[in-house]
Amino acid sequence: MAFANPNITAFAVEATEFPDLARKYRITGVPKTVVNDQIEILGGIPQDDFIQQALGLP
Amino acid sequence: MSLLSPSDQEKLRESFDHMTSPVRVLFFTQTLDCEPCVETRRILDELPPLSDKIAVEEVNFILEKDKAAQYGITRVPALALVGQDAAGESRDSRIRFLGTPSGYEFISLVQALMLAGGHESQLTPENRARVEAVTTPTTIQVFSTPT
Repeated sequence: MAFANPNITAFAVEATEFPDLARKYRITGVPKTVVNDQIEILGGIPQDDFIQQALGLP
Repeated sequence: MSLLSPSDQEKLRESFDHMTSPVRVLFFTQTLDCEPCVETRRILDELPPLSDKIAVEEVNFILEKDKAAQYGITRVPALALVGQDAAGESRDSRIRFLGTPSGYEFISLVQALMLAGGHESQLTPENRARVEAVTTPTTIQVFSTPT
C-alpha cells in the first residue's frame, strides 16, 4: 500500500521489543494493524476486506 | 557462520533474482544499550551476499537525527527501504521495520525488499486503484511478535 501511494507510510513493528507501543495500541494479539491511530484491524484477513477497513471505505 | 541454511540461502537467491532495481536498506542503529541492534545487524549481513541488488547502509540514530527524522524513525533498531525509480533516482518505498526482523518479520522483510526492488505487487488491480485514491497522509502500523 505504501509502495503504491506516496501518501501512505507503513511500519512493521515488533511488539515485544517496544512495550510502550504495545501498551499504547493495546496489543493483546497479533497481527494487529492500526491506521492513523484510529482504525484497528485484528488478525490476518482477506486483502479486499483489509483494504476496505484500513482505508475506511464503505 | 550463517544464520541461514544453504537451502534457505538458495531459495532467497532465487526470490531476489526477481528484483529488477537496487534497494538500499537504511539501518538505524546505536552502539550502546541496544541488544536487538546487534541481532539485527547479524540478520542484515546475510542479505547482500544473496543479491547484488541489496545494500545495507548503517545510520547512527544518535548522531544522524536529521536522517532519522526524515524517515520518521523514532526508535531502534529500525529499517527504511529505499529503491530507485526508472531514472535511477532514489525512491523511498515508505516501508519501515521497527525491531529485529527475525521469524515472520524476516519473511515480511524479504517480500518488502522484492517489492521495493521492482517485483510485482500483490495488490489486485481493484485494490491498487482504491489505495491510489488516498489523498491524505496515512500511517499504517502492523504489530507482530517473533514466532
